[in-house]
Amino acid sequence: MTKVKKILRLFQEDLVVVNLGLEAFAEALRKEDVKVLQMNWRPPAGGDQRLIALLDRLEK
Amino acid sequence: MEKVLVLKNAYFDSAFLMLVSKAVKQLPGILDAALVMGTEVNIEILRGIGLLGPVAQSVSPNDLIIAIQGQSAKTLNHAMDAAKKLLRQRKTGIEEEGEYRPVSLQGALRIIPDANLVVISAPGLYAAREARKALDAGLHVMLFSDHVSLEEEIALKKKAVRKDLLMMGPDCGTALINGKPLCFANVVRRGNIGVVAASGSGLQELTCLIHHFGGGLSQAIGTGGRDLRREVGGLMMLTGIEALTQDPSTKVIVVLSKPPDGQVADKVHARLKQTGKPCVIHFVGLKAVPASGDAHFAGDLEETAAMAVALSKGLPYRGVKAFCTKRDAVVKQETRDLGAGQKYLRGLYAGGTLAEEALVLFEREGYDIYSNIQMNPEKTLKDPHRSFRHTIVDLGDDRFTAGRPHPMIDPDIRAQRIEKETAGPEVACLLLDFVLGYGAHEDPCGALLKTLKEAKDRAQKRGGHLAVVVSITGTEDDPQNRREQSKKLESIGCVVMPSNAQAARLALQIMKKVTP
Repeated sequence: MTKVKKILRLFQEDLVVVNLGLEAFAEALRKEDVKVLQMNWRPPAGGDQRLIALLDRLEK
Repeated sequence: MEKVLVLKNAYFDSAFLMLVSKAVKQLPGILDAALVMGTEVNIEILRGIGLLGPVAQSVSPNDLIIAIQGQSAKTLNHAMDAAKKLLRQRKTGIEEEGEYRPVSLQGALRIIPDANLVVISAPGLYAAREARKALDAGLHVMLFSDHVSLEEEIALKKKAVRKDLLMMGPDCGTALINGKPLCFANVVRRGNIGVVAASGSGLQELTCLIHHFGGGLSQAIGTGGRDLRREVGGLMMLTGIEALTQDPSTKVIVVLSKPPDGQVADKVHARLKQTGKPCVIHFVGLKAVPASGDAHFAGDLEETAAMAVALSKGLPYRGVKAFCTKRDAVVKQETRDLGAGQKYLRGLYAGGTLAEEALVLFEREGYDIYSNIQMNPEKTLKDPHRSFRHTIVDLGDDRFTAGRPHPMIDPDIRAQRIEKETAGPEVACLLLDFVLGYGAHEDPCGALLKTLKEAKDRAQKRGGHLAVVVSITGTEDDPQNRREQSKKLESIGCVVMPSNAQAARLALQIMKKVTP
């Protein structure tokens, strides 16, 4: 059987959201009284896919 | 003539850039304008539309390309300055708010260590990587981004299942978690109906109708449209069903999807039988079949909502209260003044599942419907931009939205299409959907009012009448207010129906009078 303990815990908690991308989604959540942090996201490694793959290998 | 400028290391999100592009395009003397990040796909699009020739310097996905086409060097310079000014305003806006905005997820978690969900709408190229990091950090994920590969989706969902986390998406446009609307979602009542859905506009319509019928939602979990494909195996659908089974606040479970893979459908059915809770199943396009134990099958989104609400209140399901008393009068009124040449239906949709629901309804009645979402290749529109005979088109399809905002955000795509459809005398009935809620346009019905009025006037001048039948997916509590939106459309003679299914059925009755 699939474990769902953490999902059930989420259903009991207040949502606390990190928004990565379109700001409109953060604004909507704020209007609905959700605590939300907007990230200032940028493509990693200047968007260079080879460098990103290298970063991922280093992080592992 | 064109002017192209590349700003190195100047990242902006695509939604903002589309707004700036639109503003620049509207400046005097400007023929076309595009502000895009320098990804390979974007560069190809720019070349495709003739806005970009060879660029001398190397361009990276982190560089902003401003490409403008105009009538003179002077107008181009003016437009370029205007574009830069708009970009600067955004930068200043961020600083003025005073909130520190971390660039990495790790940084974000240092500021709010109690975060439990990450909403990701980064470009598809990077989105899976960010989702993987979020799951590794123990966070539930809503992945709005599309253009994520099937392999990446499977890997993310397997990881989420192992870690006991929600992985909603990729391409998940809507969800309600703990009553809070995520991305494109409506403000609906809380209650005891839990939904797991592999359909965006379908889930919005369903949650709104549950609200209208007096029910409420415990949770509405989105899975992304590919979850019930054989390769993904319904990983998030099954996880969602398990969570709703164990959730004490959920009394009724609703499952919604486009027709799934057969094996996956069997798994979903088998799992639903073990929930011990009443369930309603709707696979868009498949007919309802008799109930089996606690599992009830619904034939359209409206019936799904009505069944779920009845079950949630422990009442027998007595069918949907239809528009039947006034229907005949409305059909008569809408067909009385049609001109002899007016013979076709044109369904112009913003919601993909809603378009599909209407298409299936017409096909069941023996109509040949041409579309860009047809399974039958003989009835697939050769060019989705041009209707043929009876047509229902999903304007939210990738072929319309590449480099442009979705019609739920920007009404222009649909306004132009309505003008095109009604320039000649052959259309008898327009069938439209309007989707309200967070994420959607601030006044979607108001924005099309002038276009629709002009279309109706043109038909009248030709001695005919244009029937416009619409549905509005939304609630009175949505920022746009469904009632207010409805009034606007009614003021120019549009027929507003309580659901997409009923709108499609009314359009069907109208078309039966035209081409029995």
